[in-house]
Amino acid sequence: MTLASFIIQLLNGLAAAASLFLVSAGLSLIFGVTRIVNFAHGSLYMLGLYGAYSLIEFFGRTPLGFWGAVLLAALAVGLVGILIEVLVLRRIYRAPELFQLLATFAVVLVIKDIALFAWGAEDLVGPRAPGLSMAVEIMGRRIPAYDLLLIAIGPVVLTLLWLLLTRTRWGALVRAATQDREMVGALGVDQAKLFTSVFFVGSVLAGLGGALQIPREPANLELDLAIIADAFVVTVVGGLGSIGGAFLAAIVIGVAKAFCIGIGTVTWFGFEISFSKLTLVVEFLIMALVLVVRPYGLLGKPQAAQRAASEPAPPLQVPSWTFALVWLALLALVPLVADRYATILLTDIVCFALFAVSLHFIMGPAGMVSFGHAAYFGIGAYAASLLLKRFGLPMEAALLLAPLIAGLFAIAYGWFCVRLSGVYLAMLTLAFAQISWSIVFQWDSVTGGSNGVFGVWPSAWLADKTVYYYLALVLCGAGILFLWRVLFSPFGYALRAGRDSPLRAEAIGIDLRGFQWAAFVLVGALAGLAGAVYAFSKGSISPSSISIAQSTDGLIMVLLGGVETLTGPVVGAAIFTWLRDAVARNTEFWRAVMGGVILLIVLLFPQGLVGGLKALVARWREQRA
Amino acid sequence: MLTRNRLLAGTAALVAFSLVGAANAQAPIKIGELNSYKVFPAFLEPYKKGIELAVEEVNAAGGLLGGRKIEVVSRDDNGNPGDAVRVAEELLSREGASFLIGTFPSNVGLAVADFAKQRKVLFIAAEPLTDKIVWDQGNAYTFRLRTSTYMQTAMLIPDAVKLKKKRWAIVYPNYEYGQSATAAFKKLLKEKQPDVEFVAEQATPLGKIDAGAVAQALADAKPDAIFSSLFGPDLAKFVREGQTRGLFKGVEVFNLLAGEPEYLDPLKEESPDGWYVTGYPWSELKTPEHTKFLNAYQAKFKDYPRLGSVVGYATVMSAAEAIKKAGSLDQEKLVAAMSGLSLITPFGMIQYRPLDHQSTMGAYVGQIGVKDGKGYMKNWRFVDGKDALPSDADVQKMRPKN
Repeated sequence: MTLASFIIQLLNGLAAAASLFLVSAGLSLIFGVTRIVNFAHGSLYMLGLYGAYSLIEFFGRTPLGFWGAVLLAALAVGLVGILIEVLVLRRIYRAPELFQLLATFAVVLVIKDIALFAWGAEDLVGPRAPGLSMAVEIMGRRIPAYDLLLIAIGPVVLTLLWLLLTRTRWGALVRAATQDREMVGALGVDQAKLFTSVFFVGSVLAGLGGALQIPREPANLELDLAIIADAFVVTVVGGLGSIGGAFLAAIVIGVAKAFCIGIGTVTWFGFEISFSKLTLVVEFLIMALVLVVRPYGLLGKPQAAQRAASEPAPPLQVPSWTFALVWLALLALVPLVADRYATILLTDIVCFALFAVSLHFIMGPAGMVSFGHAAYFGIGAYAASLLLKRFGLPMEAALLLAPLIAGLFAIAYGWFCVRLSGVYLAMLTLAFAQISWSIVFQWDSVTGGSNGVFGVWPSAWLADKTVYYYLALVLCGAGILFLWRVLFSPFGYALRAGRDSPLRAEAIGIDLRGFQWAAFVLVGALAGLAGAVYAFSKGSISPSSISIAQSTDGLIMVLLGGVETLTGPVVGAAIFTWLRDAVARNTEFWRAVMGGVILLIVLLFPQGLVGGLKALVARWREQRA
Repeated sequence: MLTRNRLLAGTAALVAFSLVGAANAQAPIKIGELNSYKVFPAFLEPYKKGIELAVEEVNAAGGLLGGRKIEVVSRDDNGNPGDAVRVAEELLSREGASFLIGTFPSNVGLAVADFAKQRKVLFIAAEPLTDKIVWDQGNAYTFRLRTSTYMQTAMLIPDAVKLKKKRWAIVYPNYEYGQSATAAFKKLLKEKQPDVEFVAEQATPLGKIDAGAVAQALADAKPDAIFSSLFGPDLAKFVREGQTRGLFKGVEVFNLLAGEPEYLDPLKEESPDGWYVTGYPWSELKTPEHTKFLNAYQAKFKDYPRLGSVVGYATVMSAAEAIKKAGSLDQEKLVAAMSGLSLITPFGMIQYRPLDHQSTMGAYVGQIGVKDGKGYMKNWRFVDGKDALPSDADVQKMRPKN
């Protein structure tokens, strides 16, 4: 790169950072006060683009029409944010931690189908900004004037937000609530109003970030998920709740991407290295590095001791052996009475049940939320496939070795992860998952790249779908029972002690970090087993098994069933898989239907399905007594 | 009493049996179709309309196998190969579909192809462009309709060679389709023009191109020409940034697929004049087979067809012709019928080559022009698919024997 192109790429990076900063600042604000991991934030950004597009068409392509549309779209998105908060989230603030994530996930599904219905499937290319459609010549290169404006907008919004947060009463309340929201409530502040207003401001920022992109980005239906991961990364790299940190992180990531592109392909010591390919994953590499060095992000502070929003998790109840065995026996009978497809669907459910139970083990009793659990599922699946196809191992050996390999990766990743806590930990697991994904996605000669590995079929004696179902049932069932059993061993009790009170656990001599690391490896290996069983049931495996979507599915299953119960994740896996199968088949707008059903469950059973049912039974017994 | 009961029961059984038998003769032939409807709606909504039109025409013409109607049962595979394999199984075992058609992304297409091989059922891949589905990973049960990545790239080569540009820059979406397009383009151009130089190469994440930075990086390499395989939102962003930054001034650009209405129409007045593309100039085609298709499509949907419509239509027509030729729904007979099957599509006569199961469906090659604030294809010509394929010997080398 010459000096000139260096400068220009720097400007490109800064321009790209502007919208990212706005979206992330909103996310950071909302998370800081409400502790909600808001998946729907990307959908609000997408609505900002669509809204701005339609309003500009309506007002006409004049400067006033353009800027009026941008501002109006942002405000309208703010109103959508209020709707989401009042109609959905307000009802579940007292639910167990992270449960709101499930609700926002459902909102993503609903908004996506509404956008499809309202704006159609075709990409909508918005107009250029009137008066700013030309380019400015800098060092002999042409830079769009609009990009320079975006570069200026970032610091302006940062300043406005800073003034709002430090110079107004509302800002003081927001900062206080970020520190200790119970105390704010105790001092007589109406939390509901505060939360709604924060949601409004955060959503306006997302909408503005989207609307401002209209001259640079066609409105399309993939925008929501494209931005949300990046926005989380920026928020976490900057430090949760730190607006300045989000600004810094957005710039670091925007500029890093631009430089990867600017450097392009270089040859070092005879090796060709394509930096442009790094754009697939560079933000996650940065996040992993930052979190390893600074566990609270660039400008974040250690999270203030947080009083739980809900009651502490109740003690777990041991499912009795008879209960487990009766269920296993019933499941074993299914192929005798049901058709072939039921067996196949159940095989999927059984794999996902083990996947969900292993995730529940780590996020429930062990208290370490993982946003990247698919890493181990996918690595297990890939290990099994590659051992079979590339190393020529027998299928049985590949199936049994795969969990060990997934466990090895968990040893490496876990070592870093257990040094963090809370959302930082969750995001580091996501970073490792995405790094694994990008390697699998690009390493054509070994992993088959974006296509994956094919011809991964089980041995002849397992080829029959019913036989394979029994194998899956035995392996995954054993895995699930084993994990449950471990929870009631001294090891399991120690983990729960560590979750409920790390200080006391350390004080009585529990090597908490070591235990957590061991838990990480254990669930990694069992998720790997689930992945390996899954791979052989499909005959092929592709990078989507390591993707964010797969990790999210796991979270949804656990939360849907209920994170505070043991059987919840199994029920969640069954309901979610069955629901997707049934809904996707029968309706055109199946995503909205799916989202609607999840929302209904969320509102009716804020402790998850199993948790809710248990509460109902308990209440009924009380009344009788 | 006993005898009378028996008699009654027997009669009832007979009646029921004959009813069932009658129903069977009239029962529709079910074709299982799966696709990533929610992931690629811009392409697949018109595709679905094409399917509906074809089904209607086949049934209006009296159905198949002695008057049985056909029915296409569609499922969404979520763009995920694992889901696709499950859905495929559901179509076969629960819906009673006779065989499978459909799929869009490469990885889903390849996974279903492998499943078809394992399950020994016919699979007509409609849209996946990947070369591997008929070559490296080809199998006896899988056929592919669409003009593949290699074929479309090869169709652009003559124009590229004619321009005698020396310094080429390349930009592509970073996954199978973009990678193979790039590899094929470099290989084919180098063969025809050994002194060509590839001065820059940008692999961009699908759907997330940093268009400004990419345009700048390409401009810095001072290319004479650019080869791109971008499509969808990535293409729109690249076009706008490149135009604002003057990247395309004095530079020839080749872009696979950019002439397809799905990707060209959103660009409207900014459609890049003079780009060499593959696509579908639907409003300019005057062949009888296309006119017939166009009229029927517009009459039914009050909308113009996109390329997806042609693909959906031709896929179902291929399936119908295969059933007709096989005279049965037996898998081996269907597969035998597909091999070498010829039929008329809106793009003219195609044949599924016995050699590799690739159809010879062609594509339109031309340049983008702008008229009345809309993009269109000018100077176009039709290239038959069979003229854009590698030699038989090369294909045999790539395709596994089975």
